[in-house]
Amino acid sequence: MSSPPPWSGSNLLVFEPRPSRPAPRQTVGMIGWLQTNLFNGWFNSIFTVIALGFLWQTVPPILSWAILDAVWTGGSDACPPGYEGACWVFIFNKFRVLMVGLYPGDHLWRPILAGGVFIALALVTVLRILNPKKLIALWFLIPLPIYWLIAGGLGLTAVDQSLWGGLMLSLGLATIGVLISLPLGILLALGRRSNIAVIKAICVGVIEPVRGVPLITILFMASVMMPLFLPVGLNINNLLRVQIGIILFSAAYMAEVVRGGLQAIPLGQYDAAKSLGLNYWKTTALIVLPQALRHVIPSLIGRCIALFKDTTLVIIVGLLDLLGMVKASAQDPEWLGHDAEAYVFCALIFWIICFSMSRYGRSLERQKEEE
Amino acid sequence: MVSKDIMIQMIDVNKWYGNFHVLKDINLTVHKGERIVICGPSGSGKSTLIRCINRLEEHQEGRIIIDGTELTKNLKNIEKIRSEVGMVFQSFNLFPHLTILQNLTFAPIWARRMPRAEAEKIAIKHLERVRIPEQADKFPGQLSGGQQQRVAIARALCMNPKIMLFDEPTSALDPEMIKEVLDVMVELANEGITMVCVSHEMGFAKTVANRVVFMDGGEIVEENEPNEFFNNPRWDRTQLFLSQILS
Amino acid sequence: MNIPSRILKGGRLTGLLMQLVVVAGIIYFGYLLFRNTQANLEARNIASGFGFFSVEAGFPISNALLPYTPANTYGYAFLVGVLNTLYVAFLGIIATTLIGIFIGVARVSSNWLIAKLAEIYVETLRNIPLLLVLFFTYGVVLASLPGPRASLNLFFGCTINNRGLYLPKPLFQDDFGFVLLAFVLGVIIAVLVSRWSVIYRNRIGAAIPSGWIGSGIIIGLPITTYFAMGSPLSWEIAVLKGFNFQGGIVFRPEFSALMIGLVLYTAAFIGENVRSGIQSVDVGQIDAAKSFGVSKGTIMRYIVLPQALRVIIPATTNDYTSLVKNSSLAVAIGYPDMVSVGGTIIGQNDQAIEIIGLWMAVYLAINLIISTIMNWANSKAQLVER
Repeated sequence: MSSPPPWSGSNLLVFEPRPSRPAPRQTVGMIGWLQTNLFNGWFNSIFTVIALGFLWQTVPPILSWAILDAVWTGGSDACPPGYEGACWVFIFNKFRVLMVGLYPGDHLWRPILAGGVFIALALVTVLRILNPKKLIALWFLIPLPIYWLIAGGLGLTAVDQSLWGGLMLSLGLATIGVLISLPLGILLALGRRSNIAVIKAICVGVIEPVRGVPLITILFMASVMMPLFLPVGLNINNLLRVQIGIILFSAAYMAEVVRGGLQAIPLGQYDAAKSLGLNYWKTTALIVLPQALRHVIPSLIGRCIALFKDTTLVIIVGLLDLLGMVKASAQDPEWLGHDAEAYVFCALIFWIICFSMSRYGRSLERQKEEE
Repeated sequence: MVSKDIMIQMIDVNKWYGNFHVLKDINLTVHKGERIVICGPSGSGKSTLIRCINRLEEHQEGRIIIDGTELTKNLKNIEKIRSEVGMVFQSFNLFPHLTILQNLTFAPIWARRMPRAEAEKIAIKHLERVRIPEQADKFPGQLSGGQQQRVAIARALCMNPKIMLFDEPTSALDPEMIKEVLDVMVELANEGITMVCVSHEMGFAKTVANRVVFMDGGEIVEENEPNEFFNNPRWDRTQLFLSQILS
Repeated sequence: MNIPSRILKGGRLTGLLMQLVVVAGIIYFGYLLFRNTQANLEARNIASGFGFFSVEAGFPISNALLPYTPANTYGYAFLVGVLNTLYVAFLGIIATTLIGIFIGVARVSSNWLIAKLAEIYVETLRNIPLLLVLFFTYGVVLASLPGPRASLNLFFGCTINNRGLYLPKPLFQDDFGFVLLAFVLGVIIAVLVSRWSVIYRNRIGAAIPSGWIGSGIIIGLPITTYFAMGSPLSWEIAVLKGFNFQGGIVFRPEFSALMIGLVLYTAAFIGENVRSGIQSVDVGQIDAAKSFGVSKGTIMRYIVLPQALRVIIPATTNDYTSLVKNSSLAVAIGYPDMVSVGGTIIGQNDQAIEIIGLWMAVYLAINLIISTIMNWANSKAQLVER
């Protein structure tokens, strides 16, 4: 600090602040960063060396397999057996089947159109173009025309559900699963908190066993056991049975998430609603649920991601979703030995979709915190 | 000035957060038994300065010497200095999973290797000093803010520090609890301990401080003994600050 | 908090009446279901009841923990499946906890590279399906191992090929009992040492490295006894006979793939729990502890960890039960767990209801045990609030 002149009466001196200097090079920039982050102390330095060694051994071979030595064009003879690079031709060749399963070739415009609508809906959601109410309404309405496009009937040729497969099937199962299991889960959660013994018992009796067993057992129940429960002669196709199983399974988990949100609503809200003369259903729908759901949006999105990943289990009950088609394609006698490419491609698709969903959830969380 | 008398010496200390220059050419000397109050607008670097004294923040340029030992990257020196410098935080920072007594004995047992019985005796003594010996077996969650801060002061005192640092100790308290904490701090000051206190409580500064240091924009603008500081500030910045807080 | 039923439809009588109606409806629905089922079972000629337990199974099981041949009964086969499920669950939980803790700590490490690698690990595994991981491990990684004739020989007589991982099988001779005794003794002594060192520290103040001493005793005592008794242990090493290896302990690729997939996948989730637990501890407390000159290790052990566990334990309970439930994916890669064996039985005698009922009972029982243990652990970690 510059030494002040000798004190003279009531004159205040004008203070001139020191200018800021940039930080010394040692501490900022590359060297400083390396020092603080990678090499501060014995322990960390050893770990850094081990990690770098690990990366050196693994990353170059993976890169050369996946990109540098890979085959991108050609026919089924483009990838000789024993070739060290990835054969992406295989994926390009099988792309249609991986996306829509065995859907007949001359009606492909229908799933493509449906897919386009779905992507548009997803974009609208992520970009937050519409307000929440309109958005939710859209999500519940759009599956109807999409279903019509894919299934047929009412002017379009019917395409049997045994031909549906691939990513289309995965997304379909997951979307319908979420759209129906969420309201169902809300009802179960409300019922669980009810004071009416019977209703509470039923809800707990559904939620707890369903959450306690693996999805596979539920799918087996739906696929193998449900036909036994139906009146003789009535048949529901396998896809519908599996969808019901998925819905039931997801509803139990949604119920628990919603219950957590309901528990966070302070009593004062109920009192206020009652004093306004609102009955139970109005209170729940207009006051309680909106707040409860907003509280648990991240967890709900987490459940959506989990549901989407869980649809892969349908391969065990005979449906060919994306993973199922990937596996089946890898068994094609013309294209043997490309399991790795198949699974990597499948993992990529799942990763992109799930990661995007979780980023969306995180941004919603941040938005909620800023409110 | 005999060097043995100097407890804290900061020479041309500069600190950056990334490229943001947060402490600029700080020069400060604190002698044994002195009570320093640091004040200034928020963002002026007061907390950063005081946290550099016990190495909770690292300075990039300059030297800091505490009671003859220089603060460097040397871990042994850092731990030695820290065990002789006590700190009280704005948000108390008591350990919620330990009882009050365990909070107080934690440091002497783990940093000084004291036997438990001896540590507990010292702890009770300091709890009596801050006038809440009956809370020894409660948990921090069960105490009021003022009580928690007094416990925090007692906890720092259990290490028998040569220097006590206070980082806005009453800023998080409800008004009716500020007095009980300030009273304890005044008693401490009168016992002769070296104190550096970041605070907005100007009454406390007037009563107890030997020197008031005014910081703004990362540098020390003015320092003087309280009377001169409050009545005859030299720089316009100081006057502006005083008019804002004393109005 | 439950919503008072008076908010529902007013009146006690109405509420009671409604409950009776609901119960009656459920009973009637159940009756319909029962009748349908009976009719269907008759029409398809499917038996009822658990009589099939004593029928001869007729199918092989590759990874049985108990001696099993196709001549054994369905009941015994199912038991083998249940044991496999328990085996995978037990080992899986232990392994995934260890790896998960490592990942979680790595995530909060001050070393940027380690933290980044852990982050990539977690973000990759959390966003792909477990079934995919299993298929990949089984179909690509393990299948690319060489055939028996070209096996990779690892150290200590271990061999690995695409039929399995072969480890030497210990053959215990008579005097080995003493070594076991020495081990148990070592554990007891180590526990006593750690107890005593706490007392010593309280009394005198100096810390004793009881961890090192205890570990040394647990390892050293059995080893010295072993040599003193004339090394009562020999090994049966797997040897190539014809087309396959015989002898030794075998871990088949189905088992290995299931374990690797389950453990690595669940560890990503546990790692996130550990990370958020550690980060939930207020930084101010660490500042305060540092300001006393207490070492980083002590801060971790006595300040951060006890509080982090409050957050980690409930979340991890979920992940443990998930691991147990996910073990059912074994059916997809051919490991004979309870679902796999049960599925085979259903395929043969169509008695789905009984088998599915058994599955549910066993999974619910396992989850109950896990929840009880974890709830006990959770209660130990709670704070006293105002």
